[in-house]
Amino acid sequence: MKAALAHIEEHLIATLETVSDPEIPVLTVLDLGVIREATEKNGQIHIKLTPTYSGCPAMDVIGDDLETAFAKIGMTTKVQLVLAPAWTTDWISEGGKRKMEEYGIASPLDETGDKEVLLGNAKIVKCTNCGSRNTHLVSQFGSTACKALFKCDACLEPFDYFKCLK
Amino acid sequence: MKKNVYQYILSIADNSLILGQRLGELCGHGPNLETDIALTNISLDLLGQTRSYFQYAALLAGDDKTEDDIAFIRIEREYRSILLVEQPNTHFGYVIARQFLFDVYHLLFMEKLQFSKDETLSAIAKKGIKEVSYHERFSSDWVKRLGDGTEVSKLKMQEAINDLWRYTDEMFHVSASDKAMISEGIGVDVVALKERYYAKVTEVLSDAMLEVPEGKYFQKGGKEGIHTEHMGYILSDLQYMQRSYPNMKW
Repeated sequence: MKAALAHIEEHLIATLETVSDPEIPVLTVLDLGVIREATEKNGQIHIKLTPTYSGCPAMDVIGDDLETAFAKIGMTTKVQLVLAPAWTTDWISEGGKRKMEEYGIASPLDETGDKEVLLGNAKIVKCTNCGSRNTHLVSQFGSTACKALFKCDACLEPFDYFKCLK
Repeated sequence: MKKNVYQYILSIADNSLILGQRLGELCGHGPNLETDIALTNISLDLLGQTRSYFQYAALLAGDDKTEDDIAFIRIEREYRSILLVEQPNTHFGYVIARQFLFDVYHLLFMEKLQFSKDETLSAIAKKGIKEVSYHERFSSDWVKRLGDGTEVSKLKMQEAINDLWRYTDEMFHVSASDKAMISEGIGVDVVALKERYYAKVTEVLSDAMLEVPEGKYFQKGGKEGIHTEHMGYILSDLQYMQRSYPNMKW
């Protein structure tokens, strides 16, 4: 599934781009693919937001930030949380993945690669610091629900890996 | 019908709520940083799932009920969680054994719940499966690491599995209201999960060089609201703010 399935009205994009993920501030909500719908009806903005993980504490903040962003241009917003279809890492835009890498978070592999890596069977995840693939999993659970903790055996730096979710 | 669904949601969600609360107790107290973060991450997933369930239950209940009312303003007898999840964090072996015995069940359960005729329950399950499979992988790995570890870790892991074994059978009990939900295609027929559950648990335990307990005496009651002595203590923590400052908002 592609992020293109999201129904977002053209004229709302500029404002949506000002709202970022509070935990990965280089990613906008559009990069992350959590906005499933954004439409304007009778002068009010209706947004459907989907969580990355069920307990993701960033969702409440993102909801508030969206309201604030549209309030700045004099619009009221109604944010609705939707669970289905469930968010997947496929919805992170290519640009988003690039920004994530530059920020120091290895972007998600495909499903097979991800499984191999998390089971410790393969060394595929590239260190965001030096680019080596000589890396290993330290913990399946990292600083936030969506990330795992890795360490590079070449440059010895720890880094986050964004877990594949499908 | 609505009332049955409401009760059914509680019987699923209370497991996640109480286990999430138990794991939350370990925040800052895990044996090392990675495990501490992992256990609280799992706690967060479980509480996130709980919120989705309770928001839906609140909607069904009407009367301006909120997810917080359901989570905090009930008496012990009204919580439908199984006895396993309320057992204390005695030592790390118990934390892992409890998690493992629950995760194997939880994943099997979610895999069926995603086909529920109830759209919301199905959506919560589809989302949750991804999270729960990570939990199961984590707890199974630790069972193996401790079981096949040192003499002491093996002993402690075995002790925890033996002690908690008596709470496993309750997962497969079907209450009268569950029955109605199953026949309507909303609920999960847990009896049908039993064989796969014990097969999976046995597989991991033998990989871990641990014995499968032979105990045939099982405890039950949680699903009917009759809990062990540990439950009151969790609830006094969980409900403290709402009891002390009724209707307070975060």
